[in-house]
Amino acid sequence: MTNVSAAADDYGFVRFANVQKSYDGEILVVKDLNLDIAKGEFLTMLGPSGSGKTTCLMMLAGFESATYGEIRLKNERIDNVPPHKRGIGMVFQNYALFPHMTVAENLAFPLRVRKMGKAEIEDRVKRALEMVELPAMAGRMPAQLSGGQQQRVAVARALVFEPDLVLMDEPLGALDKNLREQMQYEIKHIHESLGVTVVYVTHDQSEALTMSNRIAVFNDGVIQQLAPPADLYERPDNAFVAAFIGENNKLKGKVEQMDGQSCTVRLEDGSSVVALPVNVGGKGEPTTLSLRPERVVVAPAEGSLPNAFEARVEELIYLGDHIRTRVSVCGTDEFIVKIPNAQSHARISRGEMVRIGWAMEDCRALDA
Amino acid sequence: MAQADAASLGGAPITAMVTADGVPLKKSLAKAERRRKITAFLLVAPLLAFIIFTFVIPIGSMLFRSVDNPIIVQVLPRTVDALQEWDGQDIPPESAFAAMAEDLVEAQANRTVGRVAVRLNYEMSGARSLLTATARRADDLAAPFQESLVDANPRWGDTEIWAAIQREGRRFTPAYFVSAIDMRYASDGSIERQPENQRIYVTLFIRTLMLSVAITLTTLLLGYPIAYLLATLPLRYSNLLMICVLLPFWTSLLVRTTAWIVLLQQQGVLNDILVALGIIGDNGRIMMVYNAAGTIIAMTHILLPFMVLPLYSVMKGIPPSYVRAARSLGANPWTAFWKVYVPQTMPGVGAGAVLVFIISIGYYITPALVGGQSGQMISNLIAFHMQNSLNWGLAAALGTILLAGVLILYWVYNRIVGVDNVKLG
Repeated sequence: MTNVSAAADDYGFVRFANVQKSYDGEILVVKDLNLDIAKGEFLTMLGPSGSGKTTCLMMLAGFESATYGEIRLKNERIDNVPPHKRGIGMVFQNYALFPHMTVAENLAFPLRVRKMGKAEIEDRVKRALEMVELPAMAGRMPAQLSGGQQQRVAVARALVFEPDLVLMDEPLGALDKNLREQMQYEIKHIHESLGVTVVYVTHDQSEALTMSNRIAVFNDGVIQQLAPPADLYERPDNAFVAAFIGENNKLKGKVEQMDGQSCTVRLEDGSSVVALPVNVGGKGEPTTLSLRPERVVVAPAEGSLPNAFEARVEELIYLGDHIRTRVSVCGTDEFIVKIPNAQSHARISRGEMVRIGWAMEDCRALDA
Repeated sequence: MAQADAASLGGAPITAMVTADGVPLKKSLAKAERRRKITAFLLVAPLLAFIIFTFVIPIGSMLFRSVDNPIIVQVLPRTVDALQEWDGQDIPPESAFAAMAEDLVEAQANRTVGRVAVRLNYEMSGARSLLTATARRADDLAAPFQESLVDANPRWGDTEIWAAIQREGRRFTPAYFVSAIDMRYASDGSIERQPENQRIYVTLFIRTLMLSVAITLTTLLLGYPIAYLLATLPLRYSNLLMICVLLPFWTSLLVRTTAWIVLLQQQGVLNDILVALGIIGDNGRIMMVYNAAGTIIAMTHILLPFMVLPLYSVMKGIPPSYVRAARSLGANPWTAFWKVYVPQTMPGVGAGAVLVFIISIGYYITPALVGGQSGQMISNLIAFHMQNSLNWGLAAALGTILLAGVLILYWVYNRIVGVDNVKLG
């Protein structure tokens, strides 16, 4: 995901600068948002409901106005541009296909309001339907289509007038799991082949990880971290991101000793862990240690890892490709270890004591 | 329930499905369903009975009464018999006069002459006094009856009364429908239009249609924005507004209508304000009530909720994302509204329009109170014939035409819009 830095000169295709939004004059839904989106980028706004991500999208589309700050598109302020003059395509959560028009009429709508010629409209509608692999559906009414087909028509409609920017507001939320995954790839491929800029809102982290160039994790009206998917997963900046993206073991403690590269944290049960300081104050400050379950090693060679503890196996859940093992260690019984279902994996059983360990770099000391 | 093993074996002909104990599946299912059907029927039975007694029977009896014509056959049976062979051109034969004399004696004795006199008066003005006066002296009549009757009243010498008796001496008659469309029988028995100064019903039917259309359009025009506001406002405000809309439902019809009279009459509040503001002169006070305008204003007010409620319920179900999608696709606010929002409200528009139109086409009390002359509708004439002239046959014929008209319009509406597209809530 390094192609983003290549497009660095195009940064500021969309720019949020100090944007604040309040609906009632008492609570800020979006607090001082600064965000630059590059041309051609697939940016996902990810966060729990009520985190302000959809509000940001609506402000960009023009359906909500920013209470303070400015939003720029192609370096021009769009705060006072009405939605229909922004030229931004949008895909809605419920698809919002016009129920009284056929699929072809739905696709022709943005072209017709732009007063395009009849032949060109027909041509573009045809091409758009081919793009989403529904060329036979032109004459159908939206209600006669399946959810996945409606979704594709909605995507085609948002793209048919060739906007530079497409917004998608949880477009796959209503689909079942298999179809959702298939649509994720299709949208990603359409994005790649057209080079259009996409701003995508979702609360589904796997969707965000699959599709995005960069992900902005929202919580409480603030972007918690803005990073490519791999960074987000492997190098979360704070405890919220670590917990929100993927599975995560949390250990709480106080920083006991700290140098540039590592720190020693004293956990609540008295054990001491060596961790990578990422987002901690100084000595004596409280911290949350974040550790991915798949980075925990079972029965490590003696002395190979700085952190090694005796753990008691509480629960084993067979999940096919791996065995999800809950152990009690370091004062918590919610500690998860993912043991890959490989030939060489350790055979353990419930109630057994095992030795587990992890590397200093995999254990990130974050804010409390 | 399992399919019979024999039937599922390869090669064996597929027989009817049976349950595990060999009872045919259909029979078993019907048995299981029967109890549910009986319960369902019992639940609707009271309403069904109520509707039969209060709706189906009255409507049926109205339809029957519009062609029912028993009186002349019952009271003047001999005359009707004697006139069977009459050609209608010359004076009827002596036998007819004799039969009439005999019938009149009997009718006078049975006190039924008044009814037949009234009935014949519908067909021929003056027939009532002709019959009642002659019947009073029926005992004095003697052969030759022709001379005797003409002596009693020279009109017996005209063919008109005899033609009317011959024509209406049947058990069923189209005569009420003939007069309900401003027609009458000419002396030769053919049907012709009423003289111009006696034509009322066709004009009234047309006026009723026009007024109903006008009322439907004004309620739609006024109701659409209100319903939109109701559907889009936050619940707190929309509840308050809903109460304002429903207020006409909660106040007495008479109170509201009287209030409109107070407001709109020539010495009323609105005219007073206009005069005080100098917009109109004291001599130029506008006539806003006791005419068609009064009917339209008052009925629009009364019927507005019937338009607003179906519109509201349809609009409530339209998520804002449709208009947003249209806007994001490049439609200006008007195009988004007209091409995307309005078409989706059509089921509500259809339901509201049908409701308001059908209610207003048969409305009676408001036109009677504020309609004056030009604001009268056909239902006022029906009421007149029910209560004052007591010509129930004509009232029934007018009602039947109205019913047929509504059904035809409903059929047309169904063909154009489709009743499935109507959403009543």
